[in-house]
Amino acid sequence: MELDNTGRRRFLNYLLGTGFGATLIAIFYPIIKFITPPQVIEATQNSVTAGKVSELALNSGTIFKFGNKPGLLIRSAAGELKAFSAVCTHLDCIVQYEPDKRQIWCACHNGQYNLSGQNVGGPPPRPLEEYVVNTRGEEIVVSKA
Amino acid sequence: MNAETVRLWLDDRLGIGSIAAVARKKEIPVHRHSIWYYFGGMTLFLFSVQVVTGILLLLYYRPSAETAFESVQFIITEVKFGWLIRSVHSWSANLMIATLFIHMFSVYFMSAYRRPREMTWLSGVMLLLLAVAFGFSGYLLPWNKLAFFATKVGTEIAGVIPLVGRPMLRFLRGGDDVTGATLTRFFGFHVAVLPAITTVIIGTHLMLVQMHGMSVPPGLEGQNIKKMKFFPNFFLRDLIGWVLAIGALAALAALFPWELGEKADAFASAPAGIRPEWYFLFMFQTLKLIPPKILSFDGEVIGILAFAVGGLMLFIVPFLDKPGNPRRKRVFTVIGVIVVLYIVALTIIGYLD
Ligand code: FES
Repeated sequence: MELDNTGRRRFLNYLLGTGFGATLIAIFYPIIKFITPPQVIEATQNSVTAGKVSELALNSGTIFKFGNKPGLLIRSAAGELKAFSAVCTHLDCIVQYEPDKRQIWCACHNGQYNLSGQNVGGPPPRPLEEYVVNTRGEEIVVSKA
Repeated sequence: MNAETVRLWLDDRLGIGSIAAVARKKEIPVHRHSIWYYFGGMTLFLFSVQVVTGILLLLYYRPSAETAFESVQFIITEVKFGWLIRSVHSWSANLMIATLFIHMFSVYFMSAYRRPREMTWLSGVMLLLLAVAFGFSGYLLPWNKLAFFATKVGTEIAGVIPLVGRPMLRFLRGGDDVTGATLTRFFGFHVAVLPAITTVIIGTHLMLVQMHGMSVPPGLEGQNIKKMKFFPNFFLRDLIGWVLAIGALAALAALFPWELGEKADAFASAPAGIRPEWYFLFMFQTLKLIPPKILSFDGEVIGILAFAVGGLMLFIVPFLDKPGNPRRKRVFTVIGVIVVLYIVALTIIGYLD
């Protein structure tokens, strides 16, 4: 007796295929989600005490913690206080103040910024993010603009 | 029970005889370019040094931001011959990348990637990427300043790639910044993920090499070429090379012990004179030279995409350069020479800079 099984076969193949596919998805979805690190909600800090005026010599700079990011606090030769994000806009290195050249410098690829945070040399494509600096007596308070 | 009985007993169960037959049949063509045939085996040898020294280091290394630096310090100051094992691991890694480059370029210039060896080439390029990934992930593990910034820049480079960049950066870093989470992740890549993948691909690569035998450079094809038995003639020569390599490693490790540097600090400026490992130097130098803006795009994005395209080209070389066309062959040789010159020149500039 001739039996036409193609319909049944197609149905079974379909069941098998979708079942297999669903199993794969069920296995890989959690794995992919697992290896994606969870978003940490950042404590939104808007201002921070970055140091004391007396501790910062004229024409020098220092790194301070702004939440979990580094900031750069500068006291210029003229005594003016400036603060920037210390994260280089090029590829994420941490910049420093260069007293002899009176500019901000990134050692990673020789990026240069002037005292207004403008990128003036090397590969950085954007200026540094600038913060607002206030003094409360001796204390230097830096806040996001 | 004599030796012959043991041999037969084992042969029955393991089929050593057939493996030995394959080894006996294997021959190496002897011609003026034969010297290049040694570099694949040399790379494999240095890789095995990496496996052994890596496992040893694993016995003392502790992968967290608080303990990594200290544990490496412990290895090199307290553990007997710890300095030696660590130094050999670092030096051998570098020599391995060097021999890998030599192996790759010699295969390239001898057009050994042509039919039927396209897949051998593909697996080889994958092994190159894996080696670089080993180097990059291993570099961070001592958790020192240089490594910290190298990892920042390296992962950020992945991050600037349009669309996939950001998720990739978070995946690599284990978050938005380079932290202890990154260290743990890199440790996992370095000692588990990469070795597992590498083992499979090395196996494939070697199997393909056995299957197709050694290729003969197109210029010598059809000529009557002398052959040498692989076993024992060529193998013994290989062995001499490996003994020399052990000597070189011991000398380098003893005379120039690998430095540990200062512990990483997420709140310190990048130190002056910072530069990556030599095999990344040409890319690093390129990034320094690219202007901040090209048209309206950030310079580094263009540079990085260009390198990505370069890497892709490497993969598809065998499909672009087909046999039977000497002119095309010449074009590929010229491109190869330009690439080598570019890499060498920028590496030198990088060191002088
Ligand atoms: S990361 Fe600052 S110049 Fe490249």
